[in-house]
Amino acid sequence: MQQLLKTPTGINGLDEITEGGLPLGRLTLVCGGTGCGKTLLAMEFLVRGATQFNEPGAFMSFEEKADELSKNFASLSFDLDELIDQKLLTIDHVRLEPAEIEEAGEYDLEGLLIRLGYAIDSIGAKRVVLDTIEALFSGLSNKNILRSELRRLFLFLKDKGVTAIVTAEQGELTFTRFGLEEYVADCIIFLNHSVYQQIATRRIRIVKYRGSAHSTNEYPFLIDQQGFSVMPISSLNLDHKTSSKRISTGVERLDTMLSTQGYFRGSSILVSGTAGTGKSSLAAHFVNAACTRGERCLYFAFEESQNQIIRNMHSIGIDFSQWVEQGLLQFQNARATQYGLEMHLVAMHRIIDQFKPTCVVIDPISNLVATANVAEVKSMLSRLIDYLKMKEITVLCTDLTTPDDSTLEHTEVNISSLMDTWLLLKALECNGERNRVLYIIKSRGMAHSNQIREFIFSTKGIDLRDVYIGSSGVLTGSARANQEAKNLAEALDCQQQIEIREREIERKKLAIEAQILALNTQFEAEKENLIRLINKEQQRNHTLLLDQQAMIKLKQADTPSHLDNALADTEKGDVE
Amino acid sequence: MTYSEHIPENDKVIWLLRLYVAGQTFKSLNAFANLKKICEEQLEGRYQIEIIDLLINPTLVKNDQILALPALVRKLPEPVKKIIGDLSNTERVLVGLDIKPLHPKKGLVNEFQ
Repeated sequence: MQQLLKTPTGINGLDEITEGGLPLGRLTLVCGGTGCGKTLLAMEFLVRGATQFNEPGAFMSFEEKADELSKNFASLSFDLDELIDQKLLTIDHVRLEPAEIEEAGEYDLEGLLIRLGYAIDSIGAKRVVLDTIEALFSGLSNKNILRSELRRLFLFLKDKGVTAIVTAEQGELTFTRFGLEEYVADCIIFLNHSVYQQIATRRIRIVKYRGSAHSTNEYPFLIDQQGFSVMPISSLNLDHKTSSKRISTGVERLDTMLSTQGYFRGSSILVSGTAGTGKSSLAAHFVNAACTRGERCLYFAFEESQNQIIRNMHSIGIDFSQWVEQGLLQFQNARATQYGLEMHLVAMHRIIDQFKPTCVVIDPISNLVATANVAEVKSMLSRLIDYLKMKEITVLCTDLTTPDDSTLEHTEVNISSLMDTWLLLKALECNGERNRVLYIIKSRGMAHSNQIREFIFSTKGIDLRDVYIGSSGVLTGSARANQEAKNLAEALDCQQQIEIREREIERKKLAIEAQILALNTQFEAEKENLIRLINKEQQRNHTLLLDQQAMIKLKQADTPSHLDNALADTEKGDVE
Repeated sequence: MTYSEHIPENDKVIWLLRLYVAGQTFKSLNAFANLKKICEEQLEGRYQIEIIDLLINPTLVKNDQILALPALVRKLPEPVKKIIGDLSNTERVLVGLDIKPLHPKKGLVNEFQ
């Protein structure tokens, strides 16, 4: 089974959405309104063919002259003259002046065929462009002849085996003004140029591709110095590898809140908050930490200029200028409204590819909403984030939310679902002052703190403090300082009380001990006295017994035994 | 006095006509025959016809911005004029070549007489 062969165009993204390129040896119709990039697409097809695939190309122009084309494409860094010199390109300008031509009788377009055949044969062209063949319709009046001759022309091209692009203006209800799609049936590419809020976005769609699978969606594309770029979404899948490595947020206490280690590498972080809550400063800490580790950072600033950011961050002790000098940090400043979304996306892709950062900051993403509607911004950001995740680049986006909302737990572009970590910064107003607080709304894949922290700026950077939660609610700022002082005083007071009690115990102990001593002394004294009395009594008793014995001896009577025992007892000695 | 006698002698320039064809097709032969006839009638002795067969000399195709064939180019007198087709429509040829007809056909209003 032979499949349809394709010719790669070499145009960024177009080969992806056509799954390989244009049908080989067949005709492709490129249609669209004025200024939508038909000629560019066609010319780039030839230039890429010549430079990348070594396939010579013939360009037959019915509108612009060869030197005009050369000049126009020089601005897109395509050197047509050089390619012409190398015999890789030939440009034939067919001039049609309806006023100069009189039609008298039957004719055919054999001249055009000979001319085209000659152009193809002169350089051995494999690729052919007819831009814009419909000019023939305004140049020649006999439409019947034209239609049959065009059919013959297209057959001729197929016979030649060249891959051709035919461009045509968009009609009111049809793809082309003169119904060329009826003849060119192999592949039809439709270009569209729509303006939303004064910003133009170009889109491309493969209307038809006979014999091949192709993406049917409308893809945004853009034209810049490097030519045509199509941004297909479908090529980015949800199969990027994930890292379990962690990187610091740049704020120590925030790392602690994110299970002590900070963000995941390659994750997406959203910092949302109202104006002046410190989103950019938090981003700056992240960048500073990355640069300190020696990593490359890219900072897309849609609000401030590079110098302004450097100056402002200096005030919180972050010196960006050193990183810029070392080439670790690059700023890309642009007004969001300067380009369409797709232009932004492609520009970001290119810069990221060139600079190869490990961390990217987009400050703020909410500004992009000014350039398109929310759905488009979401789609663009999802593609950007997917792309960054694929490259394992950590991205931090700031998002300015409108303060009139009571909850604040929403983003301007509804992209919170794309984000892995979401930090919310909020200004709390109480006691006539505004204080910043920080919450972690979510952080996928890690245990994170559910506590509110107060967010304080100093010349040394951001500091997070615990807030006080009392009956009157959360205390921040001077109320918190007040509470802190009060607590300190209470603690001191308590300590003093304890000390007083301890001293009292000591005192009591001493007093009791003194009493014990006194009593002991008294006891000793009394004891001595009593012993003396006892001894005296015993002495007396002994003497009495001796007297009785003497008496008995005198009476020459028997000594009773109990008297002997008692005498022996008294002889034992003094009571101690 | 006929119309041609009104024209000053020095205005009677040589007409240089170039006929582009692609091979000896029915249309090219027809075109040549028609041209010859018109020239004989209108420009007797004051014309030259050059025939270029693009099948033989395809490089010449760019010279006069030729697309449709057969094509007749009036090189002289200036300005250059182009007529395409087999020249079967004589009136259109005359208009195209900017020739004021000497011998108008019957039914044609000749305002010069």
